[in-house]
Amino acid sequence: MRLEKRPERSNAMAIASPFIAFALTIVTAAIIFTLRGNNPFAALYVYFIEPLTALWSIEQTLVKASPLILIGAGLSVAYRANVWNIGAEGQLTAGAILAGSVPVLFPQWQSPLALLAMIILGVIGGMLWASIPAILRNRFNANEILTSLMLVYVVQLLLDYLVRGPWRDPQGFNFPKTVSFSGWQTLPYLTSGIHAGVVITVLIALALGLVMSRTLKGFEIAVTGQSPRAARFAGFSEKSTVMFCFLLAGGLAGLAGAFEISSVVGQLQPQISPGYGFAAIIVAFLGRLNPIGVIFAGLLLALSYIGGEAVQTALQIPDKITRVIQGILLFYILACDTLINYRIVTSSPVLQKA
Amino acid sequence: MKKFLMTVAAAAMMLGAAGAANAADVKACWVYVGPIGDYGWSYQHHQGLEAVKKELGDKVETAYAENVTEADSEKTFERFAREGCNIIFATSFGYMDPVLKVAAKFPDVKFEHATGYKTADNVTTYNAKFHEGRYVIGQIAAKMSKTGVAGYIVSFPIPEVVAGINSFMLGAQSVNPDFKVKIVWVNTWFDPAKEADAAKVLLSQGADITVQHTDSAAPLQQAEAAGALGFGQASDQIKFAPKAQLTAIVDNWAPYYVRRVNDVLNGTWKSQQSWDGMAEGTVSMAAYTNMPEDVAKMAAETAEAIKTGKLTPFGGKITKQDGSVVDAVDDGMILGMNWYVKGIDDQLPQ
Amino acid sequence: MDLLLTLVSIIMTAATPLLLAALGETVTERAGVLNLGVEGMMIMGAVAGFAGAALSGNPFVGVVTAILAGMAMALLFGFLTLTLLANQVATGLALTLLGLGLSALIGESFVGQPGIKLPSWAGIDPLVPFSFAMVAAVSWFLFRSKGGLIVRAVGVSHASAHALGYNVVGVRYLAVLFGGAMAGLGGGYLSLFYTPQWVENMSAGRGWIALALVVFASWLPLRVLAGAYLFGTISILSFVLQAAGVGIPSQFLSSLPYLGTILALVVISGNKALTRRNTPANLGQAFVPDR
Repeated sequence: MRLEKRPERSNAMAIASPFIAFALTIVTAAIIFTLRGNNPFAALYVYFIEPLTALWSIEQTLVKASPLILIGAGLSVAYRANVWNIGAEGQLTAGAILAGSVPVLFPQWQSPLALLAMIILGVIGGMLWASIPAILRNRFNANEILTSLMLVYVVQLLLDYLVRGPWRDPQGFNFPKTVSFSGWQTLPYLTSGIHAGVVITVLIALALGLVMSRTLKGFEIAVTGQSPRAARFAGFSEKSTVMFCFLLAGGLAGLAGAFEISSVVGQLQPQISPGYGFAAIIVAFLGRLNPIGVIFAGLLLALSYIGGEAVQTALQIPDKITRVIQGILLFYILACDTLINYRIVTSSPVLQKA
Repeated sequence: MKKFLMTVAAAAMMLGAAGAANAADVKACWVYVGPIGDYGWSYQHHQGLEAVKKELGDKVETAYAENVTEADSEKTFERFAREGCNIIFATSFGYMDPVLKVAAKFPDVKFEHATGYKTADNVTTYNAKFHEGRYVIGQIAAKMSKTGVAGYIVSFPIPEVVAGINSFMLGAQSVNPDFKVKIVWVNTWFDPAKEADAAKVLLSQGADITVQHTDSAAPLQQAEAAGALGFGQASDQIKFAPKAQLTAIVDNWAPYYVRRVNDVLNGTWKSQQSWDGMAEGTVSMAAYTNMPEDVAKMAAETAEAIKTGKLTPFGGKITKQDGSVVDAVDDGMILGMNWYVKGIDDQLPQ
Repeated sequence: MDLLLTLVSIIMTAATPLLLAALGETVTERAGVLNLGVEGMMIMGAVAGFAGAALSGNPFVGVVTAILAGMAMALLFGFLTLTLLANQVATGLALTLLGLGLSALIGESFVGQPGIKLPSWAGIDPLVPFSFAMVAAVSWFLFRSKGGLIVRAVGVSHASAHALGYNVVGVRYLAVLFGGAMAGLGGGYLSLFYTPQWVENMSAGRGWIALALVVFASWLPLRVLAGAYLFGTISILSFVLQAAGVGIPSQFLSSLPYLGTILALVVISGNKALTRRNTPANLGQAFVPDR
């Protein structure tokens, strides 16, 4: 048995592979549940279906998916161009810090402009932090995977310092948090559970999808990623693509940070994200590096979080199992993706083997 | 596909049946910030859950969620409220605002928030006077140390930790006025290797006793390896250091949890600010080991005095590090403590 | 003098798990494979090492199980990236995710149990000299042996190596497995010697630092050694300064190692000639024989 490259990318497989992967995950999860002595059908129902039967858990899924989609969409573009930004978590934090400076330093400023300022500052913060690895790669050839990752730790410590020190809530008994944001320093809610950021997120992802499929810029990015040589011949600058991708992904991560602190979190505190920036990497791949696909991928991953919590509280299935299942899901997705560009051939031509 | 849907429907029905068959009077739920497997803070709270199960048996149904990050906790509280929990214990400071938000939406559900300070009609705060235990170990440290220096490993400068350092120092000074403490902030509640490093550094710099306000038993293991002494944190860690552990400050949430769940059962639950200590058994000391009898006796007497209220660690006049004198330290000052007492050379990170 | 010796021994303990994992990853990356799952392999090594020692009562059995667990994880990674040609970055991240969850599951019953510590000789545990020996061995292998030449050839240009008749995928499998073994050993070092206990997530990000060290060292084993010890020194130094009463915000001290790594990356990567000579040009790229 061996793999043979398909003459052409299989479109059927591109659509089918996530479903195959998901089905395999369901089977594996069922086996794990059975081995642990849980009823696999009950567990799978609670995990993947029940969350979609109640309005509030659908809302929670959408809210949880929002930062994943926003960051994942930006990362999908970057990864297309072979720009490996894995520091989105740090860019989210940097965006949150800059956005949070508005309510912390001007708590009295209550106008829609305040919210707008927070959102713009969030984007700028993410872009600034993302520009560091971009500059380091362009100027010094430093590996962006590692610099962007290291910068996550640095900015998290900066946030830690701020909320424990200068930005601490004066009425907060010395606890590490800023004042709680309120009024026009938080996002408006459309329903009891869904904030405006969710809608903006979907619009941005759709727009990015169009940019990637219909514009010259999108073509340039795809070419740069697939064939750097061809891109050079076409006159596309690799450096400007690197910078563009980092600014885009960083800006969106920063925006996600601004959304989070002005909605779900409602203040600055040492930890403002449960690792959205890292989970979004998975989302980007799950969505096959396509901003539209990322929307569905983000929803699926969000569902797996919400469902994972549901099986934990309802059936006492520990959170470790959820993490294992998420890991397995990703492995299946990656494995099945192979079938898009390759097919399995059983008769092996011996000649090829060295 | 049809078959699959039918099985799913059957499963759903089974679930529903399971829910209806449940005869418990009260559902009590816990939310932990770390994994139960941290063998520290979250682990001890989970021991409290187990105690409630054992004590109240069929009358109570329990559930928990572990590893719930603070930024993401609101939906977990809402889930528990919707799943019919009557009382929800939120066991981390960072849950404060999410708890209040969800509590406002579900006025019939009782919420209990550990270590916080904001209450509501259906939100109680609870905490433990861990600093009482720290006074006792301060005394033991001052008696047992040959160098007169303890190494103190701390996570973050929040009031609970600062009050702990001060209380430890006051206890030590009551035995040896010149006692010194070296402090290292590791900026994490939980990283065993880092905690071990800090302990080793402190032991190399003249300390011969380690104290920690972080979660793992690693510093104690280092003390054991170096032939020094130390104290357990959160639980009795004598297994990790049979020759080094002098005693341990044990968090025992069981009495509080049993009492509060009982209050819900009896309909006597009221919102309050609870701050239990040694008297209520929330803070207790592990066996006094690896010390001469007179030291053990002194420690036991001090613990007894604190228990009966004859002694309070922050009783009387307290001189601050800057030389100013506080006539009486009240609870509010302890809960918001951001200054050191005299005799600590370190600078409190601001 | 005594104090200095003690500090050196503390730094050694801090540096050894990083050194072991980073050395393994150096070989993996030299063969052109980027395995970002070091953290996942380390944590599996930690839990398997603890379990092996606890169940057998012999810490050396733990060392073996730690290595095997790291290799098992690496094999999974190799199957996906080398056989199924999946993206290496994503697979590495998935490996870490899986490792953290799986180790927590396996370790559930070991929480709160003291571990069995590896015996040390004259105050030095056996893995420290072993790690030095491995630096020499890996160095010799990569630059003085035929095998090393093949590994490097595969990493620099898999197409040419293939044309010369080398089994690119086979070589890469071996390199990935070696990386897994060393990461597993590094993890086992944590639960068997550094802090002999099992707690969830006890590797606490060391796998990521090991990854940074490899690039920091521009894929040269001797520099990996220097990097690991530099990193260990900086992190211990921040405690020493604190214990000495130097009042700097501790968050700043905690961020020093990361800033130091970035700075070193910049300095080293900025030197184009040096980087070009040592960078595995095909790092992270899948290889298909019949292209």
